[in-house]
Amino acid sequence: MSQSESTPKKTQIATGDRAILPKGAKTIPIFIMGKQYEVPETLTIMKAMEFAGFQFLRGAGCRGGICGACPTVYRMPNDYKIHFGLACQTVVEADMYLAQIPFYPANRAVYKLEDIEARPDMINALYPELFRCVACNNCTKACPMNVDVLGYISALKQGDIARAAEISFDCIQCGMCASRCMGEIPQYHIAQLARRMYGKYIMPKAEHLQKRVDEINAGKYDGLLEKLQKMSHEELEKLYKEREREPDLAPNGTWVPQDAQYL
Amino acid sequence: MKVTYYPGCTLKTKARNLEDSAVASMKALGVEMEELTRWNCCGAVHSLADDDLIHQVAPVRDLIRAMEQGSDAVVTLCSMCYNSLARANLIMKNDEVKRKTINDFMDEEKDYHGELEVLHFLNFIRDHVGWDKVREQVKVPLNDMKVAMYYGCTLVRPGNVSIEPIGDTKVMGEFLEALGATPVDFPMATTCCGSYQILGNPEAALDVSAAILESALARGAEAVILSCPLCEYNLAKTQGQLTEKQKLSKEVPVYYFTQLLALALGLDSEACRFDLNDHNCLNFLKSKSLVA
Repeated sequence: MSQSESTPKKTQIATGDRAILPKGAKTIPIFIMGKQYEVPETLTIMKAMEFAGFQFLRGAGCRGGICGACPTVYRMPNDYKIHFGLACQTVVEADMYLAQIPFYPANRAVYKLEDIEARPDMINALYPELFRCVACNNCTKACPMNVDVLGYISALKQGDIARAAEISFDCIQCGMCASRCMGEIPQYHIAQLARRMYGKYIMPKAEHLQKRVDEINAGKYDGLLEKLQKMSHEELEKLYKEREREPDLAPNGTWVPQDAQYL
Repeated sequence: MKVTYYPGCTLKTKARNLEDSAVASMKALGVEMEELTRWNCCGAVHSLADDDLIHQVAPVRDLIRAMEQGSDAVVTLCSMCYNSLARANLIMKNDEVKRKTINDFMDEEKDYHGELEVLHFLNFIRDHVGWDKVREQVKVPLNDMKVAMYYGCTLVRPGNVSIEPIGDTKVMGEFLEALGATPVDFPMATTCCGSYQILGNPEAALDVSAAILESALARGAEAVILSCPLCEYNLAKTQGQLTEKQKLSKEVPVYYFTQLLALALGLDSEACRFDLNDHNCLNFLKSKSLVA
């Protein structure tokens, strides 16, 4: 607080568990589950809800737009459209009418990746409901990540697992697609199966990675780890501070450390 | 006139022999087949319920995608895709009330009024390539080959989407003649293959498949052509069962019409894809010295 006292002209909303509103800050009305709250503009839905007094035990995760725990559905006045967004990423607007959907139940098939192959009929056997799609496109319209959900569902019906994996890459598994599906399809779980099949069986293997894994398994680094474990706090700190670092602007693949014995 | 190709899901999975042979043949004939860049299932079975418009959304969305790509027409190979796209197109063209309901529902897409034409591949070859050009390009004429023309249901029913006046077998006949083969018309050319009854009522479906094949054999056919993966399943993939149950007197080679086109154009096995048909298909062609 001392900083804001020394520069009183700069209005700043204090952050933390709950935003504290400075005098004169503009607020806007939003409706959370039907009840009106006055919240500072510029906040995200998640911060605004916390400002209004809600505490998230579930329905909040990374707060960085990646984990998919905080999908929000909302409507705007005089607009029949239903909108979707992540609470941690979407900035509040005046008269937004919203609710959180932290979890949406969806059928998830049980399988062992080792026991299946990357074949379209394997996906069809695990998720026969895939063929209940009528291409209504509600799934795509519900996606807060702008994934072409109908596109990857269609790719799977066409047997193109690689394409489905690629299209669904940005999926954060929030489940909004499944919540809107009239065919009761668990799109996001099927996409995950497609990406797993792609990763294990279709994508070219990184040979250098396998070589390194083999070296690790063969115990190449065991001695080094043991040595580190036995070091005192001071020794570790010294080692860390004096470690060789790749220069920030070194061209790719040119830098080699002095001590190359573990490469 | 820009024509876009709509493949359909089954052609990308179980019926690669239908697609691969068609694409390779068109390339050999110098006709580019531009595939729709984004497409979904055609809906597969046209919904007959008058108020069940949700099942028209899938085919209409495909037609809108083609329109966005600047196409004037969509060409399909699979009879079923042809049927569901053509019938949805007629609704959008002629039924003002249903058109409005569907367009309102798909408010994220451009409105569609049936601007495009839906073509089946057989008519596309006739009208946009021409039998003369096909005839000129034939390297391996299918002489002395008597081929039954099986239309099934979805190429010809209902009459307002039929690829030719119902009862006629002109377009398949001209197609076979251009390849040097002898077309065989037979009474059950447009009898249903049993369709999805093969799942719920397999005996009835097997009976009708046997009857169709016997009907073709009785008219002297040595082989059958068709353009539908479901017909192909019922008339070809079941033949082991049919002969075992003594419903069918002998096995009959069944081909997608495009496979015989690829063969006659002298294309290789990667184009013809007889490896995806039953073994009797390749044996028959060997007996005719048409493949090595």
